[in-house]
Amino acid sequence: MGRVVQVKTKTETPRSLEAGPEARLELIESLLGEHETRACAVVALHWLVRNSRIERGFCAVVDSENGRLTGLVGIGVSAAALDAFSLDLDDSTHPLIVALASSEPVAFHSSGHALVRPFETPLGAGSFHAVPLARGNGSGELGPGLLLLAGPGDGPVGGDVCWAAEILGNRLTALWYHRIQIDGRRHKRERSWLLGVINAVTDPILLTDADGRILIANAGAEQLLTADEAKSEGRRRAVALNNMLFSSSLFTAAEANETTRKELLLVDPTEGQDLLFEVLSTPVKVRSNEIGVASILRNVTDLRRASEEIEENYRKLRAAELEARAERDRLDLILSSVLDPILVTDPGGNIVLMNPPAERMFTVAPGNRTSDAERRVRANDAVFTSFVSANLYAGQSGGQSRHWKGELSLLDPQTGAAVPMEAISGKVVAKHGEDTAIVTILHDLTEAVEKVQLYEQIKRHSEELREKVREATAELAEQNELLRRQAFQLEQASAMKSQFLANVSHELRTPLNAIIGYSHLMLEGVSGEINSSQREKLNRVDSNARHLLAIINDLLDITRIESGKMPIQVERVVLPELIDEVMTEVEPLIAGTSLDVTRKLAPRVPEIRTDRQKVKQIVLNLLSNALKFTPQGTIAIAIDYDPAAEEVSVAVTDSGIGISEENQRTIFEAFGQTDGSYVKRHGGTGLGLSICRRLATILDGRITLRSRLGEGSTFQLFLPRRVR
Amino acid sequence: MSGEPPLVLIVDDVDHGREICAEYLEFRGFRVATAADGLEALDKAFALLPDLILMDLSLPGIDGWEATRRLKNDERTRHIPIVALTAHALASAHDRAKEAGCDSVVTKPCLPKDLEAEVRRWIESRTEGKTRAANEQG
Repeated sequence: MGRVVQVKTKTETPRSLEAGPEARLELIESLLGEHETRACAVVALHWLVRNSRIERGFCAVVDSENGRLTGLVGIGVSAAALDAFSLDLDDSTHPLIVALASSEPVAFHSSGHALVRPFETPLGAGSFHAVPLARGNGSGELGPGLLLLAGPGDGPVGGDVCWAAEILGNRLTALWYHRIQIDGRRHKRERSWLLGVINAVTDPILLTDADGRILIANAGAEQLLTADEAKSEGRRRAVALNNMLFSSSLFTAAEANETTRKELLLVDPTEGQDLLFEVLSTPVKVRSNEIGVASILRNVTDLRRASEEIEENYRKLRAAELEARAERDRLDLILSSVLDPILVTDPGGNIVLMNPPAERMFTVAPGNRTSDAERRVRANDAVFTSFVSANLYAGQSGGQSRHWKGELSLLDPQTGAAVPMEAISGKVVAKHGEDTAIVTILHDLTEAVEKVQLYEQIKRHSEELREKVREATAELAEQNELLRRQAFQLEQASAMKSQFLANVSHELRTPLNAIIGYSHLMLEGVSGEINSSQREKLNRVDSNARHLLAIINDLLDITRIESGKMPIQVERVVLPELIDEVMTEVEPLIAGTSLDVTRKLAPRVPEIRTDRQKVKQIVLNLLSNALKFTPQGTIAIAIDYDPAAEEVSVAVTDSGIGISEENQRTIFEAFGQTDGSYVKRHGGTGLGLSICRRLATILDGRITLRSRLGEGSTFQLFLPRRVR
Repeated sequence: MSGEPPLVLIVDDVDHGREICAEYLEFRGFRVATAADGLEALDKAFALLPDLILMDLSLPGIDGWEATRRLKNDERTRHIPIVALTAHALASAHDRAKEAGCDSVVTKPCLPKDLEAEVRRWIESRTEGKTRAANEQG
């Protein structure tokens, strides 16, 4: 660059008025004592004023950061002018910039020569010298600054001025270097802090220039986007892919010219899995005329997963809530269906849940809001609460008991009736042992109490009854004893009677034998012939003797039956045959009458097993009776069988005189014949039916009678198919 | 068969009982002997060896049951039919008579002609037995 100096005044060799060595030393010491550029410049200017002919002046220094020459301090110049003084260092044609680049002082005169380019300084009009400060041992085209000095006259600056400029220049340069050094260290330290901070951020952070080249990348970003040759093939490929994806996203970001936010899917080069990032891109000026992009990548993979998990959890929560609600509904339903009151209280004793039966006891029904009902409900509540809390605290201090039981006297809110309740409470204990709730079930004891009362009553009655039974039993035992004695006596008497009758029979038979025998002998003519009158009378004797014998025989039969000494010989009996036999035997009797005797046989009458002789005796007797008591008309014998009852029967029906109802009752008793005179006419002992009935009984059968006086009778013998 | 009529020994402690039987049977052509007690009955039975004995059961001393037993246990008299003639009407008395050895039992009172029929029945059956035996021997 050509240096054009319009006016150049050659500095003359140092002249007189030079400061002495002491003064120079003083300046050096003063400068070394100062560490500020400004203070050094002040010291130097004052020294020059004192030691040379300088009256006014100021110091301008190079501001390399801004590329300007600016005023620093001055003597005899206005501060405002000094502040306003600023030259562009690039303005290489400016006389002062030229002077700055010079190595010697330049004199500017206010008159006498034409200024190619006029300029102003804080020194105002008048001559001055621009003395460049020494460059020191630093390199560069420009020195650290200029001293612009004005003094009386336009003479050249003295040697002291040049020396002072040199000393000051050196000092300023030294200070400048020193500061550069300190700044450099500080920058370096700050940069390392900054990098530390950036690297401490786990989110990848990058600064890229306009072409997308990475200027700064923290560890997280390097992990994603850089890989040297030593890394695996897969990793390098993943990194290449990431770079491509990232660059394309940058391209769009650079356009926006403001902070943008977008999602970017990259690959974890180490693990290989997809990573989702949210990219925050901000335009940043990287050079004076270049805009780059600062990008912060926030890994939202976990966030996304977490958010998905949260969504899933929320969904589960909803499901659980629904389930819990359903469970609760079900529980409510169950609780509602229980007839016993159920209450759930919190540990503070407050009722948190009641089923309808409990509500009936512990709340006032809306339709029955009377003061009485409210009072009773309060009373119930107090009783219940004290029961629950008393036992709850007792349980806590006492130990592990989780259930307790008691009886509460409650009142029916509607009626005021006392309701004795059995209460069973249970603590609902959470996992960590704290009580969460107390469930109490009440059971109405009214019924039980009534039952107890009833039971007491029953017991009392039962006691009374037992006492009565005891008395009755004692009485019965007494009676029994009496009866037993009587039975024994009766038995004895019966045996004696039987023996007596047997003896009577024997003793009666012997004389009867004589009567019958002798009558017969005479009738047979053993004792000679007899006349008809004698014969008639002997026949009367015989007939009466025979009647007596029949009576004796019947009495003997009855005795035998009653004493159980009548033997039974069971055999096969065909009833029709037996009836035929009987008919044959009574044939002579029938022949003497005009009676119409018929026999009727039902089909399929089975054989029976019984005592043939006794059956025959009965039928014979019944038939004889029918013949005796039927003067005229018919007699029908009917044999029948009832399969359902397994009974055979023989009915003898006559159209005879019949039997009155009154007599029907006694006809089967001994000597029960109805009409004594008739007996006399028809014979018979009066014991026949009595014997028949007794015989039928020992054959497990029976005899029935149907009769009407004057119309006839039906006697029917029923027999089982087999004697038991 | 011998020319003499059959001999019936009538044993009865009651006079009229003996008399009626004896008189009637004699009237009907039998030979008759009588005894009033068991001992006499045994003596006469062994002595006379009658064709049939009518034995009352209730007798003083040796009663009818005992007498029958002795006669039926004796070789000489075992074959003689013994018909018990008794006023005892109970089956137990009859059973005891059969056990003692009586061939049949007739209850008093009985008509003399009925008694005769019973006597004839036993004598004829015995005679038939004898005749059959004789025929078989001949």
